[in-house]
Amino acid sequence: HVFIIFLKKIFRLKTKQPRGRRWEATEVKEAATVDAAADTQGTSAPETVVPSSVPQPKDDFQEELVIRPLHSGDIYASFQFRTLWDTDFMRENKVSHYRLFPKSLGQVISKFSVRELHISFTQGYWRTMQWGQPFIPSPPGAELWVWFQDSVTDVDATWKELTNVLSGIFCASLNFIDSTNTVQPSASFKPLGIGNVTDHSFLRYATLPREIVCTENLTPWKKLLPCGSKAGLAVLLKSEKLFHSSFHSQAVHIRSVCQDWQCKTTSWELRQTVNSVFDLHNSGQAKREWSLFKMFSRTLTEACPLASSSKLYIDITDNPQGEQFELSPATSLLSQAVVLGDRRTFSVYDLTQETTFGSVRSLNLLIRWKSNEGEMLRPLLHAERYVAGYGLQTGEIHTLMYNNHPYRSFPVLLLDSVPWYLRLYIHTLSVTSKGKDNKPSYIHYEPSKDRVKPHLLEMLIQLPPNSVTEVTVQFERALLKWTEYPPDPNHGFYVGSSVISSLVPSTVAMDTNSTRERPLFSSFFPCKEESSYFVRIYTEPLLVNLPTPDFSMPYNVICLTCTVVAVGYGSLYNLLTRSFQIEEPNPGLAKRIANVIRKMRGVPPL
Amino acid sequence: MLALLMLNILAYMTPNPDKTQIIIHLLSVISQNSAGQFFSSGHTNNWAVLVCTSRFWFNYRHVANTLSVYRSVKRLGIPDSHIVLMLADDMACNHRNPKPATVFSHKNMELNVYGDDVEVDYRGYEVTVENFLRVLTGRLPPSTPRSKRLLSDDRSNILIYLTGHGGNGFLKFQDSEEISNVELADAFEQMWQKRRYNELLFIIDTCQGASMYERFYSPNIMALASSQVGEDSLSHQPDLAIGVHLMDRYTFYMLEFLEDIHPASKTNMNDLFKVCPKSQCVSTPGHRTDLFLRDPGSVLITDFFGSVRKVELTMDAINLTDPIKQMEENPVNGEEQKEVYSYADQLPVSEIIHQKPKQKDWHPPDGFILGLWTLILLVFFKTYGIKHLKHIF
Repeated sequence: HVFIIFLKKIFRLKTKQPRGRRWEATEVKEAATVDAAADTQGTSAPETVVPSSVPQPKDDFQEELVIRPLHSGDIYASFQFRTLWDTDFMRENKVSHYRLFPKSLGQVISKFSVRELHISFTQGYWRTMQWGQPFIPSPPGAELWVWFQDSVTDVDATWKELTNVLSGIFCASLNFIDSTNTVQPSASFKPLGIGNVTDHSFLRYATLPREIVCTENLTPWKKLLPCGSKAGLAVLLKSEKLFHSSFHSQAVHIRSVCQDWQCKTTSWELRQTVNSVFDLHNSGQAKREWSLFKMFSRTLTEACPLASSSKLYIDITDNPQGEQFELSPATSLLSQAVVLGDRRTFSVYDLTQETTFGSVRSLNLLIRWKSNEGEMLRPLLHAERYVAGYGLQTGEIHTLMYNNHPYRSFPVLLLDSVPWYLRLYIHTLSVTSKGKDNKPSYIHYEPSKDRVKPHLLEMLIQLPPNSVTEVTVQFERALLKWTEYPPDPNHGFYVGSSVISSLVPSTVAMDTNSTRERPLFSSFFPCKEESSYFVRIYTEPLLVNLPTPDFSMPYNVICLTCTVVAVGYGSLYNLLTRSFQIEEPNPGLAKRIANVIRKMRGVPPL
Repeated sequence: MLALLMLNILAYMTPNPDKTQIIIHLLSVISQNSAGQFFSSGHTNNWAVLVCTSRFWFNYRHVANTLSVYRSVKRLGIPDSHIVLMLADDMACNHRNPKPATVFSHKNMELNVYGDDVEVDYRGYEVTVENFLRVLTGRLPPSTPRSKRLLSDDRSNILIYLTGHGGNGFLKFQDSEEISNVELADAFEQMWQKRRYNELLFIIDTCQGASMYERFYSPNIMALASSQVGEDSLSHQPDLAIGVHLMDRYTFYMLEFLEDIHPASKTNMNDLFKVCPKSQCVSTPGHRTDLFLRDPGSVLITDFFGSVRKVELTMDAINLTDPIKQMEENPVNGEEQKEVYSYADQLPVSEIIHQKPKQKDWHPPDGFILGLWTLILLVFFKTYGIKHLKHIF
């Protein structure tokens, strides 16, 4: 009997084939064969039709790395990983089958009815004057801005829950985002994806300038990628090298994009980006020579098998005849793209081709600098911000915006979100260009409420050509309650970066055809017209000292008061209640012996 | 005997991949005695709460302490989802760290305890006494994510490790607040009442650490401390390149001890009590086992530092029903009148300039204004009389 049972078990085990994990490209013919199989079985058991007979929404993954040598000798590396998915998160049936799109983010989108989500973690400040414009700008610290769908009834409650969930996903203290640092911009931060309705009551923007980025944020970020950090370009993301850089920013951008040029259907796009600037002197190199191995301590061995395209772009625009630097191994693939208002030429390495890796089966790019000449094109727009004044009572915030175009003027939208403990005197707000008053064409100001919400100031200013525009506003520092100070109050308090959004005139015609196959770095900001491109700049965050009390004072006061009370009251009490008795002084030795003898005799003592 | 016979027969009959499955199955059936011993501790899952309470760069060693315990615990099998790691300050990416994204425990930078795969659940200003007690007792706000919760049940063995600066009866959090031994004992009692642990191992590496476990009164708690009351716990060694002390002595020798443990080792708690004698530690480590029901000699190190993987043995086959519902096929053709989407204009200057300010809804006048006007009208009519009303209106 036992033998028969075991035989039965053998047969059951035989039919249960373990499914091997073989990565295959999603091809239509695979679905067709399953379809055929399902049809033959369909007539016998209608309830248990194989689910994959329904075509799953198509998803697609692309990865690319752009390396741009900068004039200061630094190297700017920008990774972008994009997953496109044609599903609809907003329908009633929950999406349950995830393939390339990470499940944690998909659930966040459907649960909180998110239309667009942009979150970035940055360490360092982007130096526009030395490095040019980044492909994806981001402010120091953490920044989160979200557009919710129209169906959300209580945006603030949803926002609070969303920040808590994201803090768990990214291991960051995003739960410190609350009403005291959240603003609702009225004109900035229009959605980057598709959408016609732009009611700004569904937009929330918050920034945490103090937030640090470290390996614990990179680890869950890497786990969102389809290949993780095991294959493809993500193997280069090693924390020991990435965080030893002048600038490091990692971001996640989720939005809806058009599927094709007709734009009748949409798909969800998830972009994960890493922007890093590696410092020449930091890594202790004597000669100016860069290689993938020196930058990332890894070389590339294969593309991610799930990626439909995996490319490495090197910017060689400043190096047409190879006089500035030398690139090896050489490649014949070239590509031109219009990005940030300029036509740039790139050498392309296609990692999906076997030949790219050569005979050693690994790609270690080498850039050897030959000469030091070459001036960087001055960026057309850049900004600075600083605090002026002295003392711990008042101060002044100065924001300077430089328009370096020789003859064109363009509009900028300045967004300032100042915490409530810096009380701005808006009547002292002044905007001057070239010494003359420059009246903004649009001002939106929301005053702060103590401990509830921050100041919000948005202005649309036309910058005259070749000029400096200065925006100044005076403020007064508030005194916080002693429980509101952080454990290290003498470090200071941060004021988040100002955001400057602008349409900058471009030197070459921008490509407005948004759905052609373009490299990822040129398709982040949508382009509506050919003569200008959209750019967003972040100023420095400010570090402001608030008047800090001496936190040892409560202890000192208690000690002092108790001592005074004890000494004073104790002395008084003793004086009032003490009774005095006369006491005989101690008699000498002879007298004491005599007293002892008299006591023994029964006679009274001396 | 019969089972061994079956094993022999099956070894000849079945193809290779399934053979291993059956053999494991049978071996576990055969070795009922070792299975019994395997489950004798009575716990089914393991949790760890590792807390570093000090801020500032010169307290690098406390973060290194906590990360070395984190590393050992992960290595022995407890997954990140079952570890609540609280670091009060960031040392790895601190601007004073000459080697970013690393935290070393041995001088000459031999061992990077920070690693490449670390998930810190509470960091920076979030590490407060309130959050720590809320994590222990489970009273967290509803929107707290799962990675920040201690979701233990009555069959969980929990390891709690605290390090930082402490004194007689208290532990300092972030240089601004303290937790006392009474509060900690009460928190553990709450955990016991709510059946949130099966057994608890409490390790503390601070000055006068033994004072922190003096007040415990809940059952099934074993406690270890790095120094007795009146003694200071000392740090191990500085690293001249980094410029600070890297580890505390007790945790350093405990890490060395734990590096020899692997998930199947049989070392028991008595060996852990002997870690770091006075000659190495300068302070006298202490321990407390009177609240613990089992004999410490029978408690394996892996009961707390490792992770149980419970295997359920069954002989029946289970029918799995297909949970995925059939989706409605949308008609692909037709619907030519779908609206065309477009991207929003990023800076629509004219639209912004002509943006009307938001009309605030008209609210009826406030109670105060109403009252004021009523008072004025009353006074007016009192003085002048109602009959003058028609002259006014």
